[in-house]
Amino acid sequence: MVDKTGAEIIVDALEQEGVDVMFGYPGGCILDLCDTLNLSKKIKFILVRHEQGAAHAADGYARSTGKVGVCLATSGPGATNLVTGIATAYMDSIPMVAMTGQVATTMIGNDAFQEADIVGITRPITKHNYLVKDIKDLPRVFKEAFYIARTGRPGPVLIDIPKDIQRAVLKNYSYPDKVDIRSYKPVYEGHPNQIEKAAKAIEKAKKPLLYCGGGAIAADAGPEILALAEKCEIPVTLTLLGLGSFPADHPLALSMLGMHGTQYANYAMAETDLIIAVGARFDDRVTGKLDEFAPNAKGNIIHIDIDSSSISKSIAVSIPIVGNCKTVLQELIKIVKPLKHPEWAAQIKEWKEKFPIFYRDDHLLRPQYVIEQIYNVTKGDAIIVTEVGQHQMWAAHYFKYDKPRTFLSSGGLGTMGYGLPAAIGAQLGNPGKLVIDVAGDGSIQMNIQELATAVINKLPVKIVILNNAFLGMVRQWQELFYKRSYAFTDLQKNIGAPHKTADFIENRDLYIPDFVKLAEAYNVLGIRVTSKDDVAPALEKAFSSPQTAIVECIVEREENVFPMIPGGASIKQMIGGLA
Amino acid sequence: MQHIISVLVENHFGVLARISGLFSARGFNIDSLAVGETHDPSISRMTIVVTGDARVIEQVDKQLNKLIDVIKVTDMTQEDHVEREMMLLKVSHNTKNRSEIIQLVGIFKGRIVDYNTKTLTVEVVGDAEKIQSFIDILRPFGIKEVARTGRIALQRG
Repeated sequence: MVDKTGAEIIVDALEQEGVDVMFGYPGGCILDLCDTLNLSKKIKFILVRHEQGAAHAADGYARSTGKVGVCLATSGPGATNLVTGIATAYMDSIPMVAMTGQVATTMIGNDAFQEADIVGITRPITKHNYLVKDIKDLPRVFKEAFYIARTGRPGPVLIDIPKDIQRAVLKNYSYPDKVDIRSYKPVYEGHPNQIEKAAKAIEKAKKPLLYCGGGAIAADAGPEILALAEKCEIPVTLTLLGLGSFPADHPLALSMLGMHGTQYANYAMAETDLIIAVGARFDDRVTGKLDEFAPNAKGNIIHIDIDSSSISKSIAVSIPIVGNCKTVLQELIKIVKPLKHPEWAAQIKEWKEKFPIFYRDDHLLRPQYVIEQIYNVTKGDAIIVTEVGQHQMWAAHYFKYDKPRTFLSSGGLGTMGYGLPAAIGAQLGNPGKLVIDVAGDGSIQMNIQELATAVINKLPVKIVILNNAFLGMVRQWQELFYKRSYAFTDLQKNIGAPHKTADFIENRDLYIPDFVKLAEAYNVLGIRVTSKDDVAPALEKAFSSPQTAIVECIVEREENVFPMIPGGASIKQMIGGLA
Repeated sequence: MQHIISVLVENHFGVLARISGLFSARGFNIDSLAVGETHDPSISRMTIVVTGDARVIEQVDKQLNKLIDVIKVTDMTQEDHVEREMMLLKVSHNTKNRSEIIQLVGIFKGRIVDYNTKTLTVEVVGDAEKIQSFIDILRPFGIKEVARTGRIALQRG
């Protein structure tokens, strides 16, 4: 029991919550806290170059470690710059605590300098948020914020702390050791009757299918998914965020489903008579046209999710089980009988052989080849972080994930610029591990300033840029659905220049920036690759270097992500698959 | 179909914004909303009338429950309940129709709470149908203004 200032209370709270690293950017209204944080021996503060980078870095740290990511910004523009990062974490249910400075309580509402109503702004993109108006509330608010962020369906929590609260003194401070929020009691145990029903449904089904998402990774349910799949011979398809929750090379693995899913995963979904959804939310990128989604499983869907509002939101679920995916699956495995589905397994095997994920592997440098080489060079032992776009889908398909928390990507919000700062966060959470940001030339420029953060903190993150001088995914949509009219997606100089990749290689002046020169400006290793043969040596050099490194691959400009089911369509309208 | 959703919430600042923000963000329509402290000053009751099919109401219930500040959500429509709404209605009058209006107010068990030479203001309490029919009946006399509390409800027993 001692007297402490608000800033001292916050630092003590962070230390007691086990925070070892946090990301932020200072400013007038958060200076008191920064001044005190600087004295902490337990917390490493990483100064980013833009607040959005702080939020994404905290997110990457959280996704790769399972711990709560922490970020900080000042009031007004500092706070609003966090917004995209917070929304990204919210959409993908990532545990995060974001702190913002605020103008003094006496000034709030007066349009003070650098004032923004960040609690109002972030209300729809946080799991919960607080404006601390009384220093007496500060210890409880921090205890609750961390508890809310990491329990139940995880998510970001924002705490807005006015300047005068940071400076005020609380007498007889102690950090609470218990949380009791009468209106927030997450349910972890599934209802036994529901679990029994699920077991019966599985025993009755002829073509069951496990469909697992980010919730499976949040709950660390990988071992249970594997056990259930093997005990009952059930194939497993994953969402983008579920990658890593089931080993990719397992005979029952179907890889990713949905808009850019594998042909066989989507065939399996179209054919299954029982869906067992585990921590997945039937997102529109998964279901496509709702009426035609999984027609043979209508009225036969088990959905295990910690968030009841995810159940029956878009798809009617027959056996809802609210609870933690891991504990529910453990109970389910205990009571379900061992099963065999030889015909179904044979069908799956046939589809996998007949309709593999493929690209034209010729003499040209195609982006898919680069991802394959990343996999070969690393032997799969790396954390892959992505930006958003075509490269993201290729990274999902051509690198094989067999461990959770090794594929970090903005799935729900689809935030370009996520990858580099998230890779920085992942590297800090996993020192010694190889962390690779697979990027497009469009996305990487959205938070390129974080190169400085990586270099200065000696973080050896690797950035592989698949440079096609296009906003590739949007260009692909324009090619397919807008008569190949490339409005605002061509990133080369607008001089009516040719679209060919060869010209691009020969005439660097057409393309801004030169990423190798950029690497030099930031004092990082930069390598350009223009042919297939050079890919593996360049990757080996970059990955074995102790430095931050950029490998810029000049890839075929108009490569598409296939197969593809157009938005709002069904599997019948699939483009670019094998017949 | 209209549902009366009763929500017990923490009596904090910003909770109303959270609830109304949730409704607008998710595209749920609020027909009426009444808020007030309960006998426990740390808890407020919000009574929200919302129109939607079973799926929408299920989502309303689940999304409300997901908010940290929400303690309990009850769909009153599913329960045996009493509901009331109060309305203040200002209507024009003259020597010819005055007695007819006063008679109608009596039939609806209303009270005249303000009176001057041109207008009179009536307080009426009842369920949604009663309030609506009172408006319909007085409309021909020239309604000037109406203020309604929105519906409130409690379970019976």
